[in-house]
Amino acid sequence: MIGSLDLTTLQQLWWLLCSVVGSLFLFLTFIQGGQSLLWQVAKTDTEKAMVINSLGRKWELTFTTLVLFGGALFAAFPKFYATSFGGAYWVWILILLTFVLQAVSFEYRSKPANLLGARTFELFLFINGSVGILLLGAAVGTFFSGSNFVLSEYNLVTWTNPLRGLEAAFSLFNLSLGLFLVFNARTLGAMYLVNNLHFAGQPELEERLRKAVMTSFICSLPFLLYVLVGLVLMQGFGVDEQGVVSIVARKYLTNLLALPWIPGLLLAGLALVILAVLRTARSTATGGIWFGGLGTVLVGLAIFFTAGYNNTPFYPSKADLQSSLSIYNASSSHYTLTAMTYVALTIPFVLAYIFYVWRAMDSRKLTSEEATRYGSY
Amino acid sequence: MIENVDLTMVNWARALFALTAMYHWIFVPLTLGLSWLCAFYETIYVKTGNEEWKRLAKFWMKLFGINFAIGVATGIILEFEFGTNWSNYSWMVGDIFGAPLAIEGIIAFFLEATFFAVMFFGWERVSKGFHLFSTWMVAVGSNLSALWILVANGWMQYPVGQAFNPDSARFEMQNIMEVILSPVAISKFTHATSSSMLLSSLFVISVASWFLLKKRYIRMATRSIVVAAVFGLLSSGLTALTGDEHAYSNARYQPMKLAAFEGLYDGERGADLVAFGILNHAKQPGDNLDPFAFAVKVPIPGMLSLLANRSAGTFVPGINDLVYGNAAENIMGAAQKIERGRVAVEQLALYKQARKNRNGQDAAAALAAFNDHREYLGYGYLDKPEEAVPPVGLTFYSFHIMVILGGLFPLVCLAFLYFAYTNTLAAKHWLLGLGTTMFFLAFVASQAGWTVAEIGRQPWAIQGLLPVTVARSNLTAGTVMATFIMFLILFTTLLLAEIKIMLKQISIGPEEDSK
Repeated sequence: MIGSLDLTTLQQLWWLLCSVVGSLFLFLTFIQGGQSLLWQVAKTDTEKAMVINSLGRKWELTFTTLVLFGGALFAAFPKFYATSFGGAYWVWILILLTFVLQAVSFEYRSKPANLLGARTFELFLFINGSVGILLLGAAVGTFFSGSNFVLSEYNLVTWTNPLRGLEAAFSLFNLSLGLFLVFNARTLGAMYLVNNLHFAGQPELEERLRKAVMTSFICSLPFLLYVLVGLVLMQGFGVDEQGVVSIVARKYLTNLLALPWIPGLLLAGLALVILAVLRTARSTATGGIWFGGLGTVLVGLAIFFTAGYNNTPFYPSKADLQSSLSIYNASSSHYTLTAMTYVALTIPFVLAYIFYVWRAMDSRKLTSEEATRYGSY
Repeated sequence: MIENVDLTMVNWARALFALTAMYHWIFVPLTLGLSWLCAFYETIYVKTGNEEWKRLAKFWMKLFGINFAIGVATGIILEFEFGTNWSNYSWMVGDIFGAPLAIEGIIAFFLEATFFAVMFFGWERVSKGFHLFSTWMVAVGSNLSALWILVANGWMQYPVGQAFNPDSARFEMQNIMEVILSPVAISKFTHATSSSMLLSSLFVISVASWFLLKKRYIRMATRSIVVAAVFGLLSSGLTALTGDEHAYSNARYQPMKLAAFEGLYDGERGADLVAFGILNHAKQPGDNLDPFAFAVKVPIPGMLSLLANRSAGTFVPGINDLVYGNAAENIMGAAQKIERGRVAVEQLALYKQARKNRNGQDAAAALAAFNDHREYLGYGYLDKPEEAVPPVGLTFYSFHIMVILGGLFPLVCLAFLYFAYTNTLAAKHWLLGLGTTMFFLAFVASQAGWTVAEIGRQPWAIQGLLPVTVARSNLTAGTVMATFIMFLILFTTLLLAEIKIMLKQISIGPEEDSK
């Protein structure tokens, strides 16, 4: 059946798959959120050890999902990979740097003779949780606000802004999306920790975490609002049947109205996040991360779908409209997309064993004793 | 397609990639091999129920974890550097090259990431059997990720299963099974993993030898050594076999690399193998100088022909044959390929122009002319035939260092096994002293191997199809240099931290009660 899918269907399917991976990554940024909350919610060494060890058992899932997001975009939309990474050079290099810092920090922070000291590694985690997510959000913002590149006849990219991608962070819209993701990650991080830790003997930690759920969420609201209003009002980029790109007034509003299930996803997602926040902040409930996580996935899907479907170039160029990338002109060949779709059939198995292992490992909550025991992070 | 190539920029980008890859490869071989050893140790524990094996497994796992983290950190940079610094490469071959990277993510990385947490923190959270299963899964996952990345690398060395599409001006995949089952991919994977197992065995031998010299954990150290020496001996054999396979495939698909690592300028029938030598550094392709200032040949006539072609009397082409051609042996030189490649480049441009002008007749004519020369397209971007020659010195010395060390390692493993068997290991201080240096030598050999593979295929990003000058991103030399310095400082700092932590954990040893 997969072998008989036409190119357009495959392109749409792969945008869906990339959107799912990207949205799952946004959910999994609860790790980064937790990292940026460390100093705020954990005051004693024991509390810190609990937060670090709880996050330290999951961080690789987030990291791996990011790598897969990159790999899936490379395989399915190589022109985007080439244009964005080779063009918006500095923003990607800085994002990657923060993830390099993260990758060693859990393992090295509490080990003796670690050269830089525990606090430096905590700072690395903070940088990854704040700057890293902010820049990633700004980069995703350019899916709507556009970038500055020109593609040659042979698809060589020339970036026309000397900041090489960092200029993305100087647009209010992109910045707001970035800050929303930072605070949303913190909301999720606090909810995850509430769920994952056993607070016997550490009631203050629980109190601070539940409070952080609410304060982080409130901090995220103005940025979310700015992004949503901006999205509805802003002019966007459209591509016609001949592949000609033009500026279209209220393009993203048009997309939302044309594909009403997208605002449906968005509203359902936001409702789930709000529900999770209220329940976690105001009761002793611990399941908030699941509702908030699902909600974040739905919001993420809405963002990616709005950017890529309904004849919209998902990586538009402000500098040269006709260089803009859509899922139709940036994709791999029919053969490659078909082959990769067969590979994608393994994804449910991957999700199944992750789910199984997560359940087996988290059937008991993490205690302060286990977090401070020899051999822990 | 390429005007005004900034060679300084291209060279900084090569240096940056080499830096990242070499740092990455400090950590990866240890991950690949140590994961199996941890699985063996834990299996013995589960089979015997002896807690000492558990302690031993946990000790090696701790070192594995410290090493794993920094391997992950350098790995993410490597993956994205294809986009940031080789963006034209990413576009031109992304249709083929992206697939193994994505498959690596889906199939291998999640296996590692998921079961890694169980291996470290699941001792009391899951059953003994499931824990053992997880440890094995970490080993399988790590080695599977090596498989996919080496399929990708193998394809760069021997680009099968693809065709150039003049309309999109990129290479597109025609057959994914050819890419996956390419003989080069298979010999790369088997050689890289078996040599990594050897390296990890030598790492264990080094650390355990140090314990024995210090008279600490004598039983644990001896046990570790016995398992590691057996594993090391077996993987030595595999490394040699797969290395031979490698040389054979080099002779088929990358004869220039083979000529460079042998320092062979003038090809001959029944060519001899150089055991070691000092190159004459004034030597250039096409001149009459002796390539060697000094050389020791293997005393078996025709040995190089035997290794390269599995037949002692056959012709092995030298650098000069490959650059200038050799009509008698029916070898087309780079000089001639460049001429044809230039026609391909020219006709491709004409084809694109004609298409743009909607001139069907001109387009068809240009396409036909392009198709006649398409297999030499990549050569069209070289300025002169000598550019097709990689740096001979670096390739030659790296290859010989790798092979000589590769011959030494099994002897060391055998000696350790013999003295462990006769129960006199703890008294053999000379051997233990030698043993402590083994891990360093193993790293030298392993890095040398990659130097041969990657320097030896210059100037190609994709062998014969895409030179590095075309594969690049459009960046300034200053930008890439700044990135290089940034990563150099960062990776070096993290490496120093890793070494300090590692040494500290080794000196603490497998004790459980103090932190």
